[in-house]
Amino acid sequence: MIDRPYVRVDELTQHFPIKRGVVISRKVGAVKAVDGVSFTIRSGETLGLVGESGCGKSTTGRSILRLYRPTSGRVLLDDVDITALKPDELREMRPKMQMIFQDSYSSLNPRHSVAKIVAEPMVIQGEKDGTKLRHRVQELLDLVGLDADHAKRFPHEFSGGQRQRIGIARALALNPSFVVCDEPISALDVSIQAQVVNLLAALQRELGLTYLFIAHDLSMVRHISHRIAVMYLGRIMEQADYDELFRMPMHPYTQSLMSAVPIPEPSVEKARTRMILKGDVPSPARPPSGCVFHTRCPFATERCSFEVPEPREIRDRHAVACHNVDDVFVGSQIEAQRSAIVESLESAAGEGPDRAFASMDTGA
Amino acid sequence: MTGDTVLQVRNLAVEFDSIDGTVHAVNNVSFDLKRGQTLGVVGESGSGKSVSMMSLLRLIAEPPGKITSGSAVFLPRNGEPVDLLQLPKRWLARIRGDRIGFVFQDPMSSLNPLMTVGEQIAESVRKHTELQGSVCRDRAVELLEHVGIPGAAERYNNYPHQFSGGMRQRVMIAIAIACNPDIIIADEPTTALDVTVQAEIVDRMQKLTKELSISVIWISHDLGVVAGIADVLMVMYGGSVVERGEISRVYSHPRHPYTIGLLGALPKLGAAQKRLVNIGGSPPSLFSPPRQCAFAARCPWVFDRCKAERPPLFFATGSHSEDPSAHGHVTACFYDLEKDRRRDPDETGIDVTAFEVGQQG
Repeated sequence: MIDRPYVRVDELTQHFPIKRGVVISRKVGAVKAVDGVSFTIRSGETLGLVGESGCGKSTTGRSILRLYRPTSGRVLLDDVDITALKPDELREMRPKMQMIFQDSYSSLNPRHSVAKIVAEPMVIQGEKDGTKLRHRVQELLDLVGLDADHAKRFPHEFSGGQRQRIGIARALALNPSFVVCDEPISALDVSIQAQVVNLLAALQRELGLTYLFIAHDLSMVRHISHRIAVMYLGRIMEQADYDELFRMPMHPYTQSLMSAVPIPEPSVEKARTRMILKGDVPSPARPPSGCVFHTRCPFATERCSFEVPEPREIRDRHAVACHNVDDVFVGSQIEAQRSAIVESLESAAGEGPDRAFASMDTGA
Repeated sequence: MTGDTVLQVRNLAVEFDSIDGTVHAVNNVSFDLKRGQTLGVVGESGSGKSVSMMSLLRLIAEPPGKITSGSAVFLPRNGEPVDLLQLPKRWLARIRGDRIGFVFQDPMSSLNPLMTVGEQIAESVRKHTELQGSVCRDRAVELLEHVGIPGAAERYNNYPHQFSGGMRQRVMIAIAIACNPDIIIADEPTTALDVTVQAEIVDRMQKLTKELSISVIWISHDLGVVAGIADVLMVMYGGSVVERGEISRVYSHPRHPYTIGLLGALPKLGAAQKRLVNIGGSPPSLFSPPRQCAFAARCPWVFDRCKAERPPLFFATGSHSEDPSAHGHVTACFYDLEKDRRRDPDETGIDVTAFEVGQQG
């Protein structure tokens, strides 16, 4: 693998104006959905972007693909700055970058057949040859595990998991190199989630795709990502390789997130160390001063309320945006919290049930 | 755990009429709920988990819904046992919200948007207890404090839209516990919430129900959440109970192929896995009457008997030396996963009318 970032996001900011007045509208404020986000993704790898609802993770995905015009910052895809592109130049870039949406009910046109849905990106890009289109549609349906005769059917005839496969086929139609997966599995049942995640992982290996995988489920993200970024209120709190992040969660927010994820193991789930946060996520229209997390952080000091912490590389390829992680006094408390949470998680990993399940795999 | 039963459901079956035919949503569901016990009901969408629990209090639309058979005997703390399925509607109204409380998935649509949250709690108190006038208000404020809403007295006059999702769900819990019920039915109460808020709500529900020794039926699709809160687990698939037993037993020794698949399909936070278990195919159509095992089409252990008749419940752990009913662990499968062989055709299923589930020791 080439150690060169394929996708590079620099200080990306996306603000949405809040307007008042019907005839003369004036701007009275801004929702700071994304506020200075930077990361890179290497070719053929997956960055998992995790956060709670309203933290700006989907907006980040959308502004990277220029579905919104970013307020400021740069997005480089294969060394091309796509924030500066003109509309026709942007259309030329589109085949390289595609998106899989969360809600397959609203992202597939109910009046179009599957063939038409999957072929549409190619038609927009100027492919007119009907035979070629038909062949490509068959090829794509086969790739995502759907039958060839499904092409004639309509979206309502499919289950949620199958519909998500149609969305994946459409995203792959133009041979993209970069795909943003915006919570592709959150609307699906557990057993179907596993099917779709396995499919996405297989496609990545086969086609060398680069993913930005957006999710709120830390355990699923761990399963598919090479690197993980944790977002809170428009900012990235912590970023590290996947095993590093789970072994060494340094930011108090990452720790609380990890301790809150339910573990399907009664003995562990009932006894584990939890860090329960007080209150709710503040509104991104009025984010707290200083560190955005300080209102809920059990380790917050005075400094956190006025000075914004910049992400600092504390360990190898592991950046944390927190003033206190390496503080002599507070830092050791955070460290103690970390080891308690990680230990109680690792006990879950050790003691597996007696599932002789290797044989239990009926799916394609 | 106390031994007495508060709810005894036997052979419950629910059907829905639709244009395309009759949907057999719930088939032959039986279970017992003990006082102070939390029963986790797990299944995918369409497995009948919500319908079976809602139909106990006749909260399904009739028609098109119809309860075709079964009984649900409710034994309140102080009062005579009653069969909920035979009660006249106006009697049921006295039990709902009083002896049996509810917490639904979406608090925004279950709370009245035009009424202050305090009023909504006080209403329940006024309707079901002797309390009158300003005492109800005081009780409502007390309940709001109890579920952890800061500044409860001021918050009494707020409307639901002024609350966040987690706080609305806390209001729902306050309403549910207002009359100190025997049972709370919680239908995916944390599904719409973020994980950090979910952890807080689960924690609070657990403390409150243990404190007041309320039995809980916790319906969920998330095996992780249920692992933390339930004492007994019931797995549903295609409208039937496929496995049931004491929770740690079912998680450590799952004995139905569907439960095995479900547990394998979950990624584990603590461990790295190469690949998740795929349960191929998709959930069954419920139009056809239940003549075969609902999981047969997706099961790797399937054989001809599974397609010819519907499996009854068998004891899951059946070594000859120990009492097979010791863990109250039952599975509806013709393949004995414990011994890794097909069950004898003459091995009979459990008589659910006699056997009490979730008994320990």
